[in-house]
Amino acid sequence: MDLEFTAAEEEFRGEVRAFLAEKLSPRIAEKVKLGKRLTKKDMEDWHAALNSRGWLAPHWPREWGGAGWTAVQAHIFDVESNAAGSPRIIPFGINMLAPVLIKYGSEAQKKHYLPRILDGSDWWCQGYSEPGSGSDLASLRTKAERQGDHYIVNGQKTWTTLGQYADWIFCLVRTSSEGKPQEGISFLLIDMKSPGVSLRPIILLDGEHEVNEVFFDNVKVPAENLVGEENKGWTYAKYLLTHERTNTANMGNLSAALQQLKRIAKETKKGGKPLSADPWFAGRMAKAEIDFEALKTTNLRILVEADAGAAAGPESSMLKVKGTIIRQEINALARRALGPLALPFVSEALDEGYNEAPIGPDYANALASDYFNNRKLSIFAGSNEIQRGIISKTKLGL
Amino acid sequence: MDFRLDDDRRMLGETLDRFLKENYPLEKRHAIAASDEGFSREMWGKFAELGVIGALFDEAAGGFGGQGDDLSVVFEALGRALVVEPFLPTLLAGTLIAELGDDGQKAMLEGVIAGETLIAFAHGEPQSRYELEVVATRATRAGDAWELTGEKSVVPGGGHADWLVVSARTSGNDDSPEGISLFLVEAAGQGVTRRAYSTVDGYPAAEISLAGAKASLLGEVAAAFPAIEAAVARGVTALCAECLGAMEVAKDMTVEYMHTRKQFGVIIGKFQALQHRMADVLIEIEMMRSAVINAAGNLGAERASRERFASAAKNLAGRAGRQVAEEAIQIHGGMGMTWEYPVGHYAKRIVMIDHLLGDTDHHMERFIALG
Repeated sequence: MDLEFTAAEEEFRGEVRAFLAEKLSPRIAEKVKLGKRLTKKDMEDWHAALNSRGWLAPHWPREWGGAGWTAVQAHIFDVESNAAGSPRIIPFGINMLAPVLIKYGSEAQKKHYLPRILDGSDWWCQGYSEPGSGSDLASLRTKAERQGDHYIVNGQKTWTTLGQYADWIFCLVRTSSEGKPQEGISFLLIDMKSPGVSLRPIILLDGEHEVNEVFFDNVKVPAENLVGEENKGWTYAKYLLTHERTNTANMGNLSAALQQLKRIAKETKKGGKPLSADPWFAGRMAKAEIDFEALKTTNLRILVEADAGAAAGPESSMLKVKGTIIRQEINALARRALGPLALPFVSEALDEGYNEAPIGPDYANALASDYFNNRKLSIFAGSNEIQRGIISKTKLGL
Repeated sequence: MDFRLDDDRRMLGETLDRFLKENYPLEKRHAIAASDEGFSREMWGKFAELGVIGALFDEAAGGFGGQGDDLSVVFEALGRALVVEPFLPTLLAGTLIAELGDDGQKAMLEGVIAGETLIAFAHGEPQSRYELEVVATRATRAGDAWELTGEKSVVPGGGHADWLVVSARTSGNDDSPEGISLFLVEAAGQGVTRRAYSTVDGYPAAEISLAGAKASLLGEVAAAFPAIEAAVARGVTALCAECLGAMEVAKDMTVEYMHTRKQFGVIIGKFQALQHRMADVLIEIEMMRSAVINAAGNLGAERASRERFASAAKNLAGRAGRQVAEEAIQIHGGMGMTWEYPVGHYAKRIVMIDHLLGDTDHHMERFIALG
């Protein structure tokens, strides 16, 4: 065994750091580190900076603009960019739709959509969940009826993250009610500007507009916007989900959050001493850190195997469950570390240009609402209960 | 980065697994544990022939292993078969002799590796709990030799060892890391009284009284603590690997039981309440495997990393181990409570490993102190 990164990997880490030092503006990094709101432009600018280096979609095949990174390189990039305070890469076009198009899309679809994802022409959102179909995705009812060279789409999608910025939505729609629910699903690309598409914000527990409901009322969609074959959408959807889960451990974000927690516990005083010296609190932090170290190695073990050609299967479910449990525990500890100062919340202070003095330390404002926001982690992308079901079925044969 | 075992280690593990499968079924293990000495000299000899004892030591000590991966491969296999022979005491005492001994003392290791000489590390005392620096046993100089007086408690393998590596204080307060020395004591010598017994999970241990026992110094006077700490880190890593092996078997037995046991007309594995708990068990075992890899991979690192990852692994072994052990018994229901059915014995070993070389809380505190 060899637990060290290779010299080439360390050299790559150096390249990533140099890139971040040059291209990540301190203004954006501070917003990320203090949990402030990013504008659409902030996110687009970061995509553009990565794209100019060829690092926006490193996992794509080279012919479409990929970087040919190993899984370990992607991990290094993830850790370094999170530590520096980079915005996240908006995954819907790059990590979700693109792999499906590359594997199942037509040549024309690839040529049209992939470059537009990279250069930021199209912002994509995801149309999977419906009010009646959460974890039971295959029960979805949004209907697409073929009429000549069009589909007519009627129905509703929900939990559509950042749909308010989206130009396009990729949707799972029902094209047949014959056979098993999984057998009548198709994968359709819909222009958000089509007549009959409307969007309503859902405000989450933290008061933020992050997700939406999307309604389809007799929306006319050209038949050429079908990906792959009609009624085969479930296969593509599952393929997308495995890609969605490849970085489920979210090690970069987890690592940055743990470092922030340790810093807060050191700076916060309890009885005149740092909170990090309080045995109860230190014990809780240590448990999270010990679990983090074990998860980090588990993640690397899976990544190294992935580089050697092994497919990510139920392992990604394990990473999802444990990664989210640890992340949510760190959120809870950061909130608790603040004590009463977790209570004040000045929403305007999350926007750029707010000039009044913070109440308590500058990072305090967003921490409690972050805790509530991250309760989503164990619910989305296949709830942790769904993941345990997958593990049980595939690993235990039950 | 490479998380695969190299060919030699893989073969060592497979050979040992096969040997144990053929020669160490659980009924035999129980018979050995219940025998007078609580372990089998015959089996010990066979382990030596197989090279398993030699795998614990590096070439300088006369072995052909001794690295973190050697320890984890061997002890994981031992854990899978609940082997009661004195591997842990041999590892601890042998590591200290190899590290500190003069040529004459080191010569003893040849007999140890050949399975002919039994050794143990007598360090813990009635009041020391898990604190390595708490040593009240005193050493006084008597001409060219030394004499030791004090009480050593719960010494693994201490009842039948030929030679004991004993810690004793030559200076300093009873809880000071400074002033601790190590000695070699012939167990059959005058001034040594031993009370041998089996632990609750079936492993041989002893209480040892020293009353002016003749001893020869091992290493420098009053400077043994760093070597003790490093040897214990090896023992901790080995125990974590042993725990992992036992956890895997307990899990496999439980999964098998879930496939066969029927209630309400269906196999109990169909019940989601049980499926999800087993999924968590599986996740914890993978976490534990990673923690063992981290501990083994850092045994050769500088002190802070070595101790930090050893304590992380032992803390996780305590937490994850208890979860796996308790779920295994619970899901087996009444069967898990019986002596006859094997799973309970695995659960016992997993849980009692938490009481060796520092428990969950002890290693949590150390992890914190090490920053």
